[in-house]
Amino acid sequence: MTLELRGITKRFPGVVANDDVSLSVAPGEIIALLGENGAGKTTLMNILFGLYSPDEGEVLIDGKQLELSNPSASIAAGVGMVHQHFMLVPVFTVAENVVLGLEPTEALGWIDKDAADAMVREISDRYNLAVDPDSMVEDIPVGVQQRVEIIKVLVRNARYIIFDEPTAVLTPQEVEEFFAIVRGLKEDGKGVIFISHKLNEALEIADRIVVLRDGKSVGEANPKTATENQLAEMMVGRPVELEVQKGLAEPGKVVLSVENLVVLDDRDHRTVDGVTFQVRANEVVGIAGVQGNGQTELVESLTGMRPSLAGHVFVDGVDVTEWSPRAIHKLGIAHIPEDRQESGLVLQFTVAENMVLDSYYDRPYSRGIQMDWDVAAHSSERLVDEYDVKTSRVDVPVSDLSGGNQQKVIVAREFDRDVKLVVASQPTRGVDVGSIEYIHKRIIEQRDEGAAVLIVSSELDEVMALSDRILVMFKGRIAGEFEGATATTTEVGLAMLGSGGSHD
Amino acid sequence: MTATAELFETEARVRATPEERRSTIVGIVLIALGVYVFWAFGLGSGAGLDARFNLSLQTDRFQDLSWVVDARTLSILVAVIIVGLGIWRVTRSALSWTNISLAIGFGLFSLAFLAWAAAGGQFSLVGMLRSTVLLSVVVVLGALTGLMCERVGIINIGIEGQLLASAFAAVVLSSAFGTIAGLVGALLTGGVLGLLLAWLTIRFHVDQIIAGVVINFLALGLTSLMTARILTDVQTLNAPERISAIRIPFLADIPVLGPMLFDHSFFVYGMFILLVGLHFGLFYTRWGLRSRSVGEHPKAADTAGINVYWVRYRNVVLGGMIAGFGGAFLGLSQVARFEENMTGGIGFIGLAAMIFGRWLPFGALGAGLVFGFSRAVQQKVSILGIGIPSEFLLMLPYIVVIVVVAGVVGKTRPPAADGQPYIKQ
Repeated sequence: MTLELRGITKRFPGVVANDDVSLSVAPGEIIALLGENGAGKTTLMNILFGLYSPDEGEVLIDGKQLELSNPSASIAAGVGMVHQHFMLVPVFTVAENVVLGLEPTEALGWIDKDAADAMVREISDRYNLAVDPDSMVEDIPVGVQQRVEIIKVLVRNARYIIFDEPTAVLTPQEVEEFFAIVRGLKEDGKGVIFISHKLNEALEIADRIVVLRDGKSVGEANPKTATENQLAEMMVGRPVELEVQKGLAEPGKVVLSVENLVVLDDRDHRTVDGVTFQVRANEVVGIAGVQGNGQTELVESLTGMRPSLAGHVFVDGVDVTEWSPRAIHKLGIAHIPEDRQESGLVLQFTVAENMVLDSYYDRPYSRGIQMDWDVAAHSSERLVDEYDVKTSRVDVPVSDLSGGNQQKVIVAREFDRDVKLVVASQPTRGVDVGSIEYIHKRIIEQRDEGAAVLIVSSELDEVMALSDRILVMFKGRIAGEFEGATATTTEVGLAMLGSGGSHD
Repeated sequence: MTATAELFETEARVRATPEERRSTIVGIVLIALGVYVFWAFGLGSGAGLDARFNLSLQTDRFQDLSWVVDARTLSILVAVIIVGLGIWRVTRSALSWTNISLAIGFGLFSLAFLAWAAAGGQFSLVGMLRSTVLLSVVVVLGALTGLMCERVGIINIGIEGQLLASAFAAVVLSSAFGTIAGLVGALLTGGVLGLLLAWLTIRFHVDQIIAGVVINFLALGLTSLMTARILTDVQTLNAPERISAIRIPFLADIPVLGPMLFDHSFFVYGMFILLVGLHFGLFYTRWGLRSRSVGEHPKAADTAGINVYWVRYRNVVLGGMIAGFGGAFLGLSQVARFEENMTGGIGFIGLAAMIFGRWLPFGALGAGLVFGFSRAVQQKVSILGIGIPSEFLLMLPYIVVIVVVAGVVGKTRPPAADGQPYIKQ
């Protein structure tokens, strides 16, 4: 009565995503699959779930070989998966999402809505999930959406459930609730595979921890005896400094001042709804909050990429509210955008081309309509050296670089000039631990050199580690303000849920 | 006052939301329209001239129904109402009424226009309404074709070609082997072109727009070639038997509604049945749920065990068959012969109607009727022989479509995966 993966190998062009990985789960057991981004955890689970087919290896359930061709076969064999990016149709109701693929029908394929609702209610009640079958998925919070995914899996009678980075989108309190649900599943005899790169969570929930690095299984750890530092070393392959080292801030004059800013999202909702705050020189202000509470639109508006509806943005006393991104950038604002592949880099361009993306139009890179690529190449080589970007040459496409090195290209481009203000959104998302260390160090350096720094991150740990002052955004407003030195995860987490927060 | 308010000079800065701006623009348009109605139709109609709107056809059971109205009085009344609506819009209250106000405004505008055109004479209102329905059939069927495809994530630019090719097949096969053969041939032709679109876009990931354009040129080229080479020589192949109307007992005798809706060939009834069927099919059945999931989030559908490719193939082929039905209507009922490029862009109008109708079957009907109405007005008014150049009247339906798609629709939300190929690793 176990689920067993044997010798799984999966190659993508240029990479071996999984290299002879073996793993087993018993009913009523929680396995944590730990590894860095890109270590091959998600690939492995997608193979188990039938989304990818492996080049070598096999999966056995109760000793029987599982046909790894499509999700239907895996579902039928009792494997369920809660994906990191939810597999929910936003414009469907909860019940419609749950029954999709196994709809209870009457004559002519007419969907029996009452039966569908009943299926949702039954599971929701049994596991205490409190989900309303009639709500539209796009209208419910992310934490509830995740429970809809769990219901989907349970309705299909899954005995083994894979959770892919389930806590990435949750607040600390929601994580606790989520763990309670997972423990309930375990008591019910389900086998659980919990994929994560968060060490503390793996230690808290798992019965057994398996660590992947570079597509290979590098060993198992016992959560009762292992420490975070040991696990981090297994994940990275060398000792890692987990704490960010920084001195006390001595905030100077106000650099960024945002007043009653209102910003609409693409669907014309007031996603930023009257936000006021300041960031001073020599200060890191972190904005925490569950994704989708207006942080994205706030940053886009600050950097000129999205018009605002009302309010003002001042930088050094200059009203830049309706300025273009280039004008704002020229003022000395460094912007590390949320999605480096979408708005930080042109992936098909070379490293050098990306390095001058913000200044190609000016001397020394161009005179009139003529570009001087030699100058660009030289300065790129210098930056690659200075910012520890691992690339063989500067004329390779930036898409060939790893996530961490791509991010360092952006950091190098943005920081290599007189910076008054840093606006960094999810600066280390999808970046390896080594690069995280490095990028954090560079950000603190900017602060120490006198810049004002605004960090926006949905990783609470990151905000806590870097910030001198923490603001929490909830439903488009600032829902709490905390001193970085004294704030606790619990109180910030509560504010992220909208339940107040002390103003000190 | 915060500390910064003292530091920096601030002033209130509030920009209008897009909805508020739209309301204002619509208001200004309506006021201008109202002033125009007052000037052109109110003052422009001679004093005391009555417009006579006929409400029955010669074939109707109840004869000689009509509505007589003083053109000037009606126009001035309409102008006042339109200006009133416009002012209400400019105040930006009740924003959900923006589109409805615009629709009422244009409806009243049409009425005043017709009264002005018919002043001192008579005008068959019921004839125009009947034409509206007839002229909207192909547009609605084209829109349903597009909807069928886009709801599963495939953009079909080739509706025009599907209509044209199936009209050709219908005419030739019907002339040679009879009506049934023509009908079946049209459905198959539409279906095969749908299959071609699906095959190119799903199997080979050909850009969907390009695949659609290919189908349009293929259909236009092949039918033009065969018209020139075959139909001009063998006239008997271009003489299908026209499919006659079926009068529905009792219902067809209702004044106005009867001739408008219940005295048509089975194509028109078929369109309405299809419309209702598609509406309920899409939103209440397993087929619809699965189809929509594939168009919104194909990966979610895949993980739920639904075969994304199969659903896409099936619906695109069915969509092509709807276009085939529309082509058959063109070739066997509306025109009853084949002419080179006889569709003349109506497939694209259908695509616009689908967007204007927000990817909903009844939305497509509404949009199709708007187009049919403007075509009908153009036809009837050109018979009245008033001083508007015929070229301008011919442009009218297309101008209406441009205005409607650009101005009234605003932001719509297509299926989330519309136009995106689904590629499994």
